[in-house]
Amino acid sequence: MQTFENAKAGDIVQALAERIIENRAYLSEIDGKIGDGDHGVNMAKGFGLAAERLKDKDASLAEALETLGTVLMTEIGGSMGPLYGVMFTEFAEKIEAVDAIDATAYSRMLHAGLEGIQSIGSAKVGDKTLLDSFVPAVEAFDAAIAAGRSFAEALEALTAAAEAGRDSTRDLVAKIGRASRLGERSLGVLDAGATSCAIILRELSGGARARLR
Amino acid sequence: MQRFINNPDEVVEDTVKGFVKAHADIVRLGENPRVIVAKNAPVAGKVGVVTGGGSGHEPAFIGYTGRNMLDAVAVGELFSSPTAKSFHDAMREANGGEGVVCLYGNYAGDNMNVKMAVKLAAKEGIEIATVVANDDVCSAPPEEREKRRGVAGEIFMWKIGGAKAAAGAPLEEVRATAQKAIDNCRSIGVGLGPCTLPAVGHPNFRIEPGTMEVGIGHHGEPGLRVEALKTADEVAKDMCKIVLDDHGLPDGTEVAVLVSGLGATPLNELYILNDTIEREIRARGLKIYRTYVGNYFTSLEMVGATLTVMALDDELKALLDVEVRCTAVF
Repeated sequence: MQTFENAKAGDIVQALAERIIENRAYLSEIDGKIGDGDHGVNMAKGFGLAAERLKDKDASLAEALETLGTVLMTEIGGSMGPLYGVMFTEFAEKIEAVDAIDATAYSRMLHAGLEGIQSIGSAKVGDKTLLDSFVPAVEAFDAAIAAGRSFAEALEALTAAAEAGRDSTRDLVAKIGRASRLGERSLGVLDAGATSCAIILRELSGGARARLR
Repeated sequence: MQRFINNPDEVVEDTVKGFVKAHADIVRLGENPRVIVAKNAPVAGKVGVVTGGGSGHEPAFIGYTGRNMLDAVAVGELFSSPTAKSFHDAMREANGGEGVVCLYGNYAGDNMNVKMAVKLAAKEGIEIATVVANDDVCSAPPEEREKRRGVAGEIFMWKIGGAKAAAGAPLEEVRATAQKAIDNCRSIGVGLGPCTLPAVGHPNFRIEPGTMEVGIGHHGEPGLRVEALKTADEVAKDMCKIVLDDHGLPDGTEVAVLVSGLGATPLNELYILNDTIEREIRARGLKIYRTYVGNYFTSLEMVGATLTVMALDDELKALLDVEVRCTAVF
């Protein structure tokens, strides 16, 4: 059975922060089409702060996720601060006591993050939010494992589903948050939250896959 | 951008520092530097009154901190909700032992962060009641009023809630009275020019020259319609029509009127609008009890104005008359 070690896997979060910072301008640009245009700015600020605090810490994945979640929740605010903050702290809590993370633990982690988001937000799949990336990704992961595929293959399925979900938001009308005021005018544009969520899931799962034994 | 800023990422930090230096007789910085606290808070035996919201709306929200009004205010990034921690810390600073009412606006981020802050406060045994403002008429149709955003009517909600708490009312009564105040408010905004978040560097929406956005939100959220810019008289009539049609107030109702600039509209133009607004409201058979004209709730350097009409009863009139000591002239 494939697993990856929790200890020292905090590097995955460092790499994730780098990707978000690289995408600062891009995320703000797509947000600017139907939102405030500050998604990239706020995300880069939060992920950058967390990366700074994790520097040279040799943290486990659970510790790094906890740091990231806490920074987002206590220092970023807006809508993305609490949503991603809850998601990462729930991720951290679920794997805290697991040394070798297998597919079952990874799935538990994903579900806890999703439930955390759903406990504070009111969006559903199809509302043009980060859930449009996250929900199909979790479903694809679980379906791959149920079909007897390996942890590595399931992680690939997860990433592909997250990105397909992200792309689906182009054809969705926003039902929640600021963009929902645009109605039909929100069509044809990617949702910034779904886009950042797909980046997060790709980095997290890619990092896990590279460490599988 | 022609702006007085230092590091665009530290606009809020710099604003708060200058604000506290200017008004040390009325406010102090909280233990959390993203919380502004009234100098006399917490008041033992009084229900605490707090709010919070994104920055860039000055004098809202921080300018309404002070005696008989808000005890503490959570400060967010520009146009972005304060963190749950800042809302929670504001609640703690305001807690005089009788519970705290949190009076805030209906935005996705604020709803989530307040919800989390209420949970954190409950764990410490602080009882919290909340009222969420939804006075912006054009942000959703009447049958979906719960979806409407909160705008300048929040100032009336704070004034009434603050005065009720100062009178010694218990938590549930303060909540119910603040709820009545916001239920009695209807607002509309008209935008003539956009605004720019310094860290973004370009306007976050467009308004073509010669046009206006009727029903614009406090962050440039699109309104009801874009149309050719008309005379002040015609614009004021449209604003009154939208607000008063939605309100449907009986003849003879007394009202409070608030005309606020959105940041870059000169005060004289607000008076020009008010000249017509006063006439229109009287023509509807309503009586104006009090009028406020000024920059009460802005949106950075947006060009435009908002109108808020609050229907009054004897209780609301008495509470509106209570003197407050905060930095915003009110």
